Amino acid sequence: MTENLQCFAGLYELDNVHGRIERALGAVNLEDRARDLCGSLSKGLRQRVALARALLDDPAVLFLDEPTSGLDPVATREVHELIASLRERGVTIFLTTHRLEEAERLCDRVAILNTTLRMIGRPDELREQLFRRSLDVRLRAPLDDPKAVFGAVSEIEGWEQTPSGYTLTVSDPDLAAPALARALVGAGADILSIAESRHSLEGVYLELIDEDVEAKAR
Amino acid sequence: MSFSWTRVGALLRKELRDYRRNRFVIGTMAAVPVLFITLPMIQLIAANATGKDLSVRIGLSLLYMLVIPVTMPSVVCAYSVVGEREQGTLEPVLTTPIRREEFLIAKALAAFVPTLVIAYAVFGIFLAVAALFAHPVIVSAIYAGTHVLVQFLFMPLLAGWAIWVGIPVSARSTDVRVAQQLSVLGSVPPLVILALMSLNVITESTTLAIGLAAALLAFDLLAWRVVAAMFDRERLVTGRRG
Repeated sequence: MTENLQCFAGLYELDNVHGRIERALGAVNLEDRARDLCGSLSKGLRQRVALARALLDDPAVLFLDEPTSGLDPVATREVHELIASLRERGVTIFLTTHRLEEAERLCDRVAILNTTLRMIGRPDELREQLFRRSLDVRLRAPLDDPKAVFGAVSEIEGWEQTPSGYTLTVSDPDLAAPALARALVGAGADILSIAESRHSLEGVYLELIDEDVEAKAR
Repeated sequence: MSFSWTRVGALLRKELRDYRRNRFVIGTMAAVPVLFITLPMIQLIAANATGKDLSVRIGLSLLYMLVIPVTMPSVVCAYSVVGEREQGTLEPVLTTPIRREEFLIAKALAAFVPTLVIAYAVFGIFLAVAALFAHPVIVSAIYAGTHVLVQFLFMPLLAGWAIWVGIPVSARSTDVRVAQQLSVLGSVPPLVILALMSLNVITESTTLAIGLAAALLAFDLLAWRVVAAMFDRERLVTGRRG
């Protein structure tokens, strides 16, 4: 592993090679395996060596192309932690991935590509652009007259019944939630939870793909 | 960014380390010389010193020596790009600041240096065995003419030819086996001319030898630039078809 990093330090024409290799291996928690042959390492460890290589010249910007592709969950978590620690150290990371939960967990800004650039922004901004804000309501028992209860709250713009309760489209969840709670208590309902609906990045992506499919069909 | 021998050295050291750890390369480097030293030595030791075909026999024996600097780098260079690509070790190297000229010269030197060391060593053994065991007339025939000089001159030139045929073939191939077949095939032409000279089909002359050597030298020097110009780094990194 050390020889491999020495070679790349040479290709980058770096000084203080020994110190840099020590720091890079330390950053990926591989100091104790420094003498292992790269060919004998698992895929997860090889990814960590690849990251160590990339860290040799203390980059300000790092491009990572599917760094967790083909890794088991443990190795994936290790790589995620590594990327998160690099981000905390101020390294700007461009991460290409098909794993949307990975993008959601690690990225400050996300660009979604489907042949062309479809959307770019913070995950919350993407959600807001595609989905109207809503509240998920769980009650011990269904309401006798939901139309009357929800209709009495001006912030609620629409509602639908779901297997676990109700989903309400609202203009502002912070205003709607207290008013809704009062209305439900007034109607004698036992409230289990009221929470703002959270659409995953996967939901955003699938919504975009659906839009593209519909646009092609037109 | 100027040409950097530091980057060349870094890649060259990596290549030589890889050879040491690769059984296929070690096997090739060991098997080829053994094969090409055994036959000519038997032929030479068993030769009749008074036979009229003596010069042809000597020529043939020495021709075997020239096969080593042709076949060894062919096989090694054929693997050098496509093999690394298959292993997934090419992409990290090509994404470093190494220039393509540097990459190619490092690959070429990694094949050239061990080839030349082995070829000269084998030829040295051949000369020593001939001096010890062959008939004195044969020994003086080997040492008296320009045979030794020709061998020392043509070994690096032929190795250069084989390298600059092998590397572009490897860079354009998608399969190691195909690359090796094409590379060995492409390295044969200059050897054919030397074979015809050894068998007295083409009359040997100093002018012809110098002309051939000059042509090979020009090819070796020019080929580096031509291969560098043809070397499509992006295609190799992205894997798109050329």
